Amino acid sequence: MSNIPANLKYTKSHEWVRLEADGSVVVGITEHAQDLLGDMVFVENPVVGRQLAAGEECAVVESVKAASDVYAPIAGVVASANADVEASPESINQDAYAAWMFSIKPANTADLDGLMDAAAYAAHVESEAH
Amino acid sequence: MADLKQTPLIQKHREANAKLVDFSGWEMPIHYGSQLEEHHIVRRDAGMFDVSHMLPVDLKGEGEAGKTPRDFLRKLVANNVDKLQTTGKALYSCMLHEGGGVVDDLIIYFLNETWFRIVVNAGCADKDIAWIEVQLDKFNREQGAQLTLAPRRELAMIAVQGPNAAVKLWAAMPGMRDLAEKMQPFNAVVVGNMFVARTGYTGEDGFEIMLPDNAAPFFWQALLNAGVRPCGLGARDTLRLEAGMNLYGQDMNEATTPLESGLAWTVDLKSERDFIGKDSLLRLPRARQLVGLKLLERGMLRNHQSVFTERGEGEITSGSFSPTLNVSIALARVPAGISIGDTVEVDVRGKRMKAAVVKYPFARNGKALV
Repeated sequence: MSNIPANLKYTKSHEWVRLEADGSVVVGITEHAQDLLGDMVFVENPVVGRQLAAGEECAVVESVKAASDVYAPIAGVVASANADVEASPESINQDAYAAWMFSIKPANTADLDGLMDAAAYAAHVESEAH
Repeated sequence: MADLKQTPLIQKHREANAKLVDFSGWEMPIHYGSQLEEHHIVRRDAGMFDVSHMLPVDLKGEGEAGKTPRDFLRKLVANNVDKLQTTGKALYSCMLHEGGGVVDDLIIYFLNETWFRIVVNAGCADKDIAWIEVQLDKFNREQGAQLTLAPRRELAMIAVQGPNAAVKLWAAMPGMRDLAEKMQPFNAVVVGNMFVARTGYTGEDGFEIMLPDNAAPFFWQALLNAGVRPCGLGARDTLRLEAGMNLYGQDMNEATTPLESGLAWTVDLKSERDFIGKDSLLRLPRARQLVGLKLLERGMLRNHQSVFTERGEGEITSGSFSPTLNVSIALARVPAGISIGDTVEVDVRGKRMKAAVVKYPFARNGKALV
């Protein structure tokens, strides 16, 4: 079973989400997702200022094996993109929860309540394995 | 994974925490943790691959001129087995159907005039055996020959590859050293119950060793003890792509000829010899060719992406990240007339990206070449 921190929120498409003190939310992909994909070799983040709808394709991670879309967990505006993870995609393999990809200024912070908590995500991962 | 075939090394893979996947109906390791690390180990040190899913097939028989295994192979494959004149010599060739399409690519080892060994791809093994048997029946009937074909499913195969492959192989099997040390590339020797060939699919020095299935786990462990790292089929694929080696089913298949697959060097059209598919190769226009691509922008080339050139459209047949070059590379089938140095465009996830047409291999013997 992979690591699923209790202080984060999760999506069915394997993004993790963390609410910051300034009201923005930071987004990355889960340890389980990086394990499925294997060695990361390419990350493309959304441009800062882009308006995102919930569930919209907005970033790409590619491993040696395959490309995978990353979806906006909630609606909002892209506030920042992590250039370090674009320069070193392998940092996602090393620590998926430290290697955040981009942050969003949410249209409505309450939208976070619609995401899964750690227990629900663990059950989701389990259900996909069968 | 139900109904998948397993090699004699499956337990060794599990012990090493391999990620196992369905590969042509076989449960095989794709990696043991990191495909990239395994790739670099083979370019820099020594790694080993379980390739027991590949099938050795022995062609044997005695007979007067015109009825020998060599006579049969002259007809069966596109390369010229008359290049095989010394014991143990290996030859890479395509086997074609009458239309010139590739049934499979294979390696033929010459042991003596009554024994040739053919190694075929796992995914093609059943089809190949059926095809060769049909051709062999016809040959035996028409020539009055008595040749036999024996698939050697009981043999395991381990590929030890990398600049330190030889040194570590001797460390694991000191008894093998005297016989195998002086072996030139693309040659093989029989050492007891082992068949040791200086061949591979990585662009590095190395050996492919066939041995009885019940001896394979012991031999694998001896190699582990000598410091050879297990590597999965994921790394094998990026290594062969960098080395500019075709993968059957991707870079060529029954709908493409070797001449439009970068394999003209393996086809003998000069000699008088007639082989299956030769007429078609001589007749068909050469409208397409296989070229190497190197992506000039940030992104990743993948199989089946469309390639746009000034002479028309083409398609990527094998695209991936090159760990040695740290950039994306590909083999692509494009219209004839496109040359090294040209720039083409590739549809990468809906964006047109520029790629340079480059000479391949992209990397071999530890070094980037483009």
